[in-house]
Amino acid sequence: MAKSRRVRAALALLATTSLLVTTACSKSDTPSGNELYKNPVTITWWHNFNTDGEGKTLWAKIANDFHALHPTVTVEVVPIETNDLQRNRLPAALLTNDPPDVFQAWGGGEMVEQVAAGYVKDITDLVQPEVASIGAAAKIWSVDGKQYGLPYNFGVEGFWYNKDIFKQAGIAAPPTTFDDLKADITKLKTVAGVAPIAVGAGDSWPAAHWWYNFALHDCSASAVQAAATKQKFDDPCFIKAGDDLKSFLDLKAFQDGFLGTPGQTGAGSSAGMVANGKAAMELMGHWNSGVIQGLTADKKVPSFLGWFPFPTTSGTPTPSTVMGGGDGYSVSKKAPPEAVEFLKYLVNLDNQKAFAATGAGIPVVKGAEAGLTDPNLQAISKATQSASAVNLWLDTQLGAKAGTPMNTAIVAIFAGTGTSQGVVDALKKATAQ
Amino acid sequence: MTSVTQTVDPADRAIARPAGPRPVQVSKASRERRKWFEIIGLTAPAFIIFSSFVLLPIGFAAYYSLFRWNGVGWPHEFRGLYYYFGEYGALRDPVFRSSLRNTGIVLVGSLLLQGPFALAIALLLNRKFRGRAVFRLLVFVPYVLAEVTVGVIFSQMLQYGGPANSLLNSLGINTIDWLGNTHVVIWTLLIVLTWKYTGFALILFLAGLANVPDELSEAAAIDGASWWQIQRHITLPLLGPTIRTWVFLSMIGSLQVFDVVWVIASRAVRGLGAGSVIATYMVDNGYTSHLWGLGNAVAVILFIISFVTALLCQRFLLRRDVDGALSGRVS
Repeated sequence: MAKSRRVRAALALLATTSLLVTTACSKSDTPSGNELYKNPVTITWWHNFNTDGEGKTLWAKIANDFHALHPTVTVEVVPIETNDLQRNRLPAALLTNDPPDVFQAWGGGEMVEQVAAGYVKDITDLVQPEVASIGAAAKIWSVDGKQYGLPYNFGVEGFWYNKDIFKQAGIAAPPTTFDDLKADITKLKTVAGVAPIAVGAGDSWPAAHWWYNFALHDCSASAVQAAATKQKFDDPCFIKAGDDLKSFLDLKAFQDGFLGTPGQTGAGSSAGMVANGKAAMELMGHWNSGVIQGLTADKKVPSFLGWFPFPTTSGTPTPSTVMGGGDGYSVSKKAPPEAVEFLKYLVNLDNQKAFAATGAGIPVVKGAEAGLTDPNLQAISKATQSASAVNLWLDTQLGAKAGTPMNTAIVAIFAGTGTSQGVVDALKKATAQ
Repeated sequence: MTSVTQTVDPADRAIARPAGPRPVQVSKASRERRKWFEIIGLTAPAFIIFSSFVLLPIGFAAYYSLFRWNGVGWPHEFRGLYYYFGEYGALRDPVFRSSLRNTGIVLVGSLLLQGPFALAIALLLNRKFRGRAVFRLLVFVPYVLAEVTVGVIFSQMLQYGGPANSLLNSLGINTIDWLGNTHVVIWTLLIVLTWKYTGFALILFLAGLANVPDELSEAAAIDGASWWQIQRHITLPLLGPTIRTWVFLSMIGSLQVFDVVWVIASRAVRGLGAGSVIATYMVDNGYTSHLWGLGNAVAVILFIISFVTALLCQRFLLRRDVDGALSGRVS
């Protein structure tokens, strides 16, 4: 008898506990609109402006402004180095019960995975005006027609170069064709103590971007689309991309010891080399002026910094699809409704103009580009608008599972041990696994 | 056995003391029951913690390693031993084999470099001279520094255009690509690990040396033995147990090394297998690539290697020391 009484007590306890749990959950899951700004909430915000600069300052200011506007909302700002954030911190945090409310999102395959796992809030109905104002770029932060985030920064990739060093080497204008680029590299080699091109191959992805750009030049739009969406890599253009990269590496244009060079951290990184006049140029996304700014002694964008788009290869028609990407934010599923309001506030015209003025990136909301003062960013903004299509970074588009092995296989080509076939094999292997 | 009787003793005394109106009549059976309550009560917390934080995770790792799983929800796509022996399983991946080889280099290299090095310093520092404490502190400082701190310091110093190479150049030595050359990077890591962990061996050896009675060396000195002979025939043999313990700890530490390698070796050289060890391979391929089945398979392989190593060490290396301790025999 005693036994059954104990069992009954245990069952009762279990029932109460589960009742408590369900009520607790259902309560937090049903936010009603009129409760907005009623209860004090703290929003944690993970972003990647980790180096000191105007971008980091502005983000802190926006968080404070929002708090001043809505005193019930406190925004806890957590800046984290981008690669660490994307590859290590976010995947771990999203697995827990306490993910950041607003977090950096790059779109593409990663977002598809996050949405499938149920981490991200569907904000389609809440952000329609913002999406309309942002236009096509907002699509990268959507999955199956539903909006799971908003960009604040979007642009195409190109070369960041040192005008002074180019002048020193006797180069009048930045190259427009690939043959020009090769000729310029030969000229740049005559400048002592300077590497023609810096690449942060130690972090893998900066090296991989070279292959992506060759692939975009060698492949038709449909071949790239088939690779990204159907994971088909049989088109010979992907082999040719590797061959092109190999013959480019034979020029020995990159700095010595590039496999140990990080992309963005410290004076010895590839961005640091450009910032400190140790390299003439670097192929990098539109955020690079913000990174370079943070790696100079005076924390200002150096006056010698220029930008030109990836040159066209002879033989192939002018590419209409350009490699690019951007930064956005998603809201985690359990975040309070105020988090969505904060995201909308973040991309309003005033804040986008203020963001443009920092020189840390390219704003996405129409009209905000008027706030761009930096001539390089104006050039990128123009190039982004004139491109008929922008293809997201391939590793982001494919997601971590295929993106990471692909980048490693490309790095193997840089190391001299990999083959063009190796990249395609790695992609096929990763998607088969 | 002894420990059991000891724990029962105070209980008996407690029972013997008249407490309250209850008579002091305690049957043998209830005393026996009380003994078991105590044993269970005292070991249960440790047992529960050990099972839930050690045994259970090991079991889960083994279970997860049989599934294709991206870390979300409960795994259901059963793959059997695919991630161990399959076409793309760890054991058939050349990068994993490189990681195994690198771990082996770290293990053997640590023993060969740190042991003699620390022993030499310990013998020197065991003599009495002015400023001995300062020297001891200096050698021990690297061990006290956090692994990540050491990693960041060295990854900055060893950059291609960094201070280490500037120093070499000013000495007329060619630049070495410490971090980017796929043939060099594992030796770079070994040097940093040696720098970091020699202090640990040293502190153990110094403690061991403190237990070597001075009378023995004094007697030998009177008999005309040289300093070198004393070290060779008296100090070293008496230091044996300490050295064997260090060998065991060093091997287990080498097998599981992660932090220093993670910070110093770039993602690129790790991905190529040139600068990866078992633990970094596990994180790079299991965690970062979202192949949790593979990651857990590697974790299980690492566990088996460490476990077998530990057993072999207990059986052959530490047997004499452990025997002596348990039987109370003084060696």
